[in-house]
Order: sequence, then structure tokens, then C-alpha cells
Amino acid sequence: MRLIAAAAVAALVITGAAEARTWRIRPGPGAEQQLQTALIESRAGDTVSLARGRFELTSGLSLDVDRVTIRGEGADESILSFNGQRRGAEGLLITSDGVSLRDFAVENARGDAIKARDCNGITIRGVRVEWTRGPNPNNGAYGLYPVNCDNVLIERSVARGASDAGIYVGQSRNIIVRDNLAELNVAGIEIENSFNADVTRNVATRNTGGILVFDLPGLPQQGGHSIRVFGNRIVDNNTPNFAPAGNIVASVPAGTGVLIMANTNVHVFENEISDNGTIGVLITAYRESFQDANYNPLARDIVIRDNGFGNTGFAPAGDLAAIAQLGVQMPDVLWDGATMYTRGGTPRTDQVRIVVRDNTSTRTGQSSFLSLGLPVAGSPLTEAAPNPQPPPLLEIAEPEPVRIRD
Amino acid sequence: MKLKPILAAFALVVLATASATAQAPPRVNAAAITADRPPDLLSAYHFFRDAGARLPNEGVTPYDLNTALYSDGALKFRYVYMPPGQQAQYRDDGVFEFPVGTVLIKTFAFAADMRQPNNNVRFLETRLLIRQASGWVAYPYVWNEAQTEARLSPIGATVPVSFTDEQGQAIALDWAVPNRNQCKGCHDVAGEVQPIGPSARNLNRDFVYAQDRVITSHDSTVRVRGTENQLGYWMNAGLLNNALSIGLGDEPPAATPRVPNAYDSASGTLEARARAYLDVNCAHCHNPQGPAHTSGLDLRWSQHEPALWGVGKRPVAAGRGSAGFEFAIEPEHPERSILLYRMQSTDPGVMMPELGRQHIDQRATALINEWIAEMDAEGRVRE
Repeated sequence: MRLIAAAAVAALVITGAAEARTWRIRPGPGAEQQLQTALIESRAGDTVSLARGRFELTSGLSLDVDRVTIRGEGADESILSFNGQRRGAEGLLITSDGVSLRDFAVENARGDAIKARDCNGITIRGVRVEWTRGPNPNNGAYGLYPVNCDNVLIERSVARGASDAGIYVGQSRNIIVRDNLAELNVAGIEIENSFNADVTRNVATRNTGGILVFDLPGLPQQGGHSIRVFGNRIVDNNTPNFAPAGNIVASVPAGTGVLIMANTNVHVFENEISDNGTIGVLITAYRESFQDANYNPLARDIVIRDNGFGNTGFAPAGDLAAIAQLGVQMPDVLWDGATMYTRGGTPRTDQVRIVVRDNTSTRTGQSSFLSLGLPVAGSPLTEAAPNPQPPPLLEIAEPEPVRIRD
Repeated sequence: MKLKPILAAFALVVLATASATAQAPPRVNAAAITADRPPDLLSAYHFFRDAGARLPNEGVTPYDLNTALYSDGALKFRYVYMPPGQQAQYRDDGVFEFPVGTVLIKTFAFAADMRQPNNNVRFLETRLLIRQASGWVAYPYVWNEAQTEARLSPIGATVPVSFTDEQGQAIALDWAVPNRNQCKGCHDVAGEVQPIGPSARNLNRDFVYAQDRVITSHDSTVRVRGTENQLGYWMNAGLLNNALSIGLGDEPPAATPRVPNAYDSASGTLEARARAYLDVNCAHCHNPQGPAHTSGLDLRWSQHEPALWGVGKRPVAAGRGSAGFEFAIEPEHPERSILLYRMQSTDPGVMMPELGRQHIDQRATALINEWIAEMDAEGRVRE
């Protein structure tokens, strides 16, 4: 029998400045061990540098040291390949503060590609996460996946093929997601149970749904609020839903541009939203039953303004296909109309303000709006009483821009 | 390399005892325990009298748990060492508060034929959890093939091992020694490393102590003969403050927390055994301060709300781990409960726990299957 003890072979270390060090890792037979060693033995301020080429990995990687940078030579040049992964629930797991990930790729992780948990400060820049076979329910759930983090910056990155969300920020605070490309995922970009997020200048295309803002019950952090979605291109999101059933995104109709579920104070403005076959913007309450005494399933204080809508409603899918079959023309912006909900059989209400103004449409000139007239969250769609009258134009203060010290 | 049968080990006991009278063995090396850099070899600590680490040194106390973490069926040999004169503080719930300098020692091993677990036992690794002033640290030591030394491997290791399992099946697997981050992946409470096993409820059981062992603490001498409750033993030996006022050789009070042995249907109700299993195998992550707190699932023994065990709980970030099912636990329907599905998987993107096993714990999946099948709509099993 052989004993393959992982001798503590140090990766090549080049001393840089007085304190910070650079660990240089090249692809090859010893690379996996050297890379994980560097991620364990590194000290705050160090850089782990990935050379060009393909790193074949069998086990998930993890980093638990503050202020370490992992940097490659480019998102198509330095590739962490998990084709042969046998262990670990994600490709790369980050559990420390102030970590920066730049210019490399994670391909074909068995679970999530890059997960950052409980971090204060995580920057992901110029990183590509991808399942290279394209949409497939056996792909991992999330591409870029910060959860319970503060100060999340994701920019100039690419996420493809995730069976849940390409870029998913969950239960986090102070978030910027900008200048990214999310395509061929079920959800392109999803902000869930999070506070204060700016989602801007991204391209979300060829997903099932482009950009989702969700709030779900039963989680440690809920009551998502203060989200701005602006200046994005959200086009041609018509990929059939390939999420494993049971997950909330499995209910997203193919052809959805923007979907807001529950949450308070979500502002969607100055986006290009077109060629999504079901709907441009869908605003809905959380429709399932729940026990959570602290949860409010209503979408409230929602502003949809100054967006440019293109073609939509040409291939309604999912639950909304039934509405379309009743002869209802799909609008640019659809609201379920929910202003009440029940919890434990007790009816409750809340102030719900929905503002839709100054949007344009290449299809109809002025953009169109429809309420389904379902006043109680989760009412069957068969009870819909569609009403094209937009709600009154109230003033709803926009959240302050998110600022993150890089 | 063939290991000597256990009889040889008994012979070694006699030898060790005999030589102890002539020449005292070196005491446990306290300096190694508190050193900034851990020694490269396990033997440097002097936790054992022999190179093979079968014979604990003075002050190194073996213990066992009611329900243990499943690790592909590996045998586990556990010991605790505390600095002389120091003791742990008793708690009803959770792991005891151990003094600085404490070491929890756990060796993972397989017998060549697991139907004869005392014969041809091969040690794979010995993990140390050391309580330093700054907190707990974890160090894995990997055994050599000759079984003469175990060497520190902070970045983990892979050890090919083959054995015959309890059903007579030939098994070959690559034993994965966890790296430092993976150790913390389980032993993590709010970002700090913590032990999992040694709680009152899990130590509250009998243990067969070596005959006529003499334990000397700072103010008393205890002669232990054979089987004794571990809590009573620890308290009377001065390892644990005697919060329960247990007399020498007495059982703990009936109200003392105890989890059943999950695998032994005689040791507790179905619900208690299932929850004991989930507590030890899942709750180290699935608790409000653990690595899986973002899932909202809380599988601790002390959690009494079935919704937080997963009853009627929809998946959050399960991905394909959901298998298309709607709930973590759907009463009466184990066949569509995500929790059981993930216990029955060995796919790294699906399986739970995420680390530490490559095989399915068949006894546990049978237990959880029965538990969910018997559950009423509220998630309780009435017996």
C-alpha cells in the first residue's frame, strides 16, 4: 500500500515588499497541493499568483486568511478546472475578510463555483465561472456566491451555466454588482435577502430570468431592502428553466427580464429590457405558504422608471402562460396586485406603494402596465382580475448609492 | 505490514507496567502542547507509552461517545489530556469548557476485517485538538505504513486503504486527511475552532476502563476497576468539576443529559435516536453560529422546533441537492425528503455532510427513513 502523505512542499515564494509575499503556482502534477498549501500557509497581505494554463483539481479549494489576493493572468488564461473533482461542495470557498479574487476562471465545479461565506470585504474582479457544457440541471447551483457578507464588490466578471444563479448574493449587506456578464444561467443575477445593493451596467442575457431580487422566509437574514437595479442590459432571457425542481428559481418563467419578489424599496431604472418572451418586469409577492412570524411576503415600495422596453410577451411561459391564454396581452410591467397576506390563517396588510413611470417601449411607444388584481399574496391566478390602471405616482425616496472602500 | 493482534497489546501493557516500576516513562510533553509550532512527530508529545500509540500515558484518559460522527465506518480511539491539576467546567448543554493546555486526541483506524475490529487494526491518522490560550487549534498527524510514527500534515493527505466491511464487502477507499481549513469546516462556531464531541449528553455512558488503573489528581487518588460511567469517572478523577455531586463509582443523576446511541434501537426512542444522529453528524454546521447557518436549518439536540429541523422547510441554496423535492423533510415521505436524499448521495455537489465520508451510512439512512416515515404532520413521532 502506498501512503501519499502531502509533504509540506512550499510553493515557490518570491519575497516582495517587506511583509507581503507572492506565492507563484504553475499548472502541473504538484499544482493542486502547492495551491492549497499556499492558501493555507499564506499570511494577510500575501498574493497567490496563478500562472497561465489549466490547473486540474480533484478537491475543493479553501481560503481562511484575511486580505489575501488570488490573481491569475486572465479569465481565459488561468483556469481552475474541476472536471475531475471528487471532494468538496464548491470549487473555491472563502471564509476570511478582505479577500480579492482577480483574473482567473473556475470551470465545472461539482457544486457551487466560488462561495464566500461570512466575509467582511470580498472583491471579485475579472473572474469567470462557467459550466462549459451549457445549461444543464446537473451543473452546480451558483457561480459567484457571496453569502452573509458585508461589502461585496463583483465587477467585470462572467458567469455561465449555473443551474440556479450565475451571480447570487444572499443574506448580505452593502453590495455592488457591476459591469458583469451573466448568461446561460437559470437566474443571471440574483440578490436575495440582502440589504443595500447596486446592480448596474451588467449584461444579463440568454438566462431563464435576467435579474432577480428575492426575499424568502425562514432564513437568518430577511427583509431585503434598498436595492437599485439600473443601467443594465437585460435582453433575450428565454432559456428554458433548467433548475432542479424545489428550488425557488425553478418557478421563474423562461422569458423573464426582471423579477422582484417580496422586498422593500427596490428601484429599477434606466435599464434596457427587451426580447424577454414572457415579461419585462414582474413584481410579485412570495406566493407559497410560510410559518415565519417575522416575514412579510409583499413587494412594497417598488419603483420602475425610465426603462427602455423592447419586444416582450411573444412566448409567455410558466404560470403566466395561463394568463396569456385568457387573452391578456402581456405588458412590459406586470404586478400581481398583492397588498395583503395571511400567516397562520390571520389576514394582514401593509402599505404597498408601486410606482411605474416614464418608461418607454419600442413596441408601443409608452410602455404598458398591468395589475393582475390579486389582492392577497398567493391567490390562484384563476382569480385574476386584470387592471391596466397604474397605481398612483407617489414619491419613494431612492436608496443612497452603495459605497465600498476597495 | 501486518499488525500484531490485540493480545500482543496486552503483553505490552504488562511490559509497560513492569518497566514503569523500574523506570518511569516520560511525562506528557507540556511544552510541545503549548508551542507555537507543533512538533513534526506525534510521539514528541508523549501521549502514549509505545510508538504505535496503543497505550495511553499517565494523564491521558480514553473516552467514548454515545453517538459519533460517521467517517466511512472508521474505528475511532479518543483520549483527553488536561494539564495536571486542571479540570474542565461542566455544562448541561454543549461542549465542556476545557482549560488551556487540554488536548483531545482522536485516532482513525480500520481493522483489516471490520467484523473483527480488534484484529489487524491499522491507524490512518491521529487528530489533535489543542486548547491554546488564543483558542482551539487542529493538527492532523498521518501514520506511516509501518505504524511506527505519525507525522504532522497540516495541508491534509490522501491515504489509500482497503478493508472488509461489517457486511463482508471488500472496500477500497482513499482516506482523506483534512487540511487545516477543512478541519475548521466542521469545528467552527462563529469563525472559531471548537470541539464537537465531549458534551455531557454524549459522554454520559459507561466505559470499560483498564483494570486497577490508579488515577491521581491534585488532592485524591482513585482506583478504577472496570466499567464506570464516564461523567462519574471524570468528576472523581478531577478531570471535570463535580457539578453533579457524583459519588465515587456512582451513576450520574437521572436528569443528567444523555443522547442515545443512534444505531441501537434499545437505547432510545426513534425520534431521540434520529435527532441524536443529526446532532452529532449535522449540527456542527447546521446551527445558528455554524458554517451552514445561512441555510436556516438548525439540527442541534437542543432545538425543539420541527420547522427548524427541516419539516416543511423549502430549500434555499440546495441546487441539484434538492433532487426536485420541495421540502427538507416531508412527514411520512422519506422518499421525497431532501435531508435523506443528501445523506444517501456520494456526489460532492449533493452529499451531506460535505466532507468526511465517501460511503453511505446505511444504518443512519435506515434510521432517518423510518423517522420521517413515522412522523406526523407536525414533525413529531408519537410513541
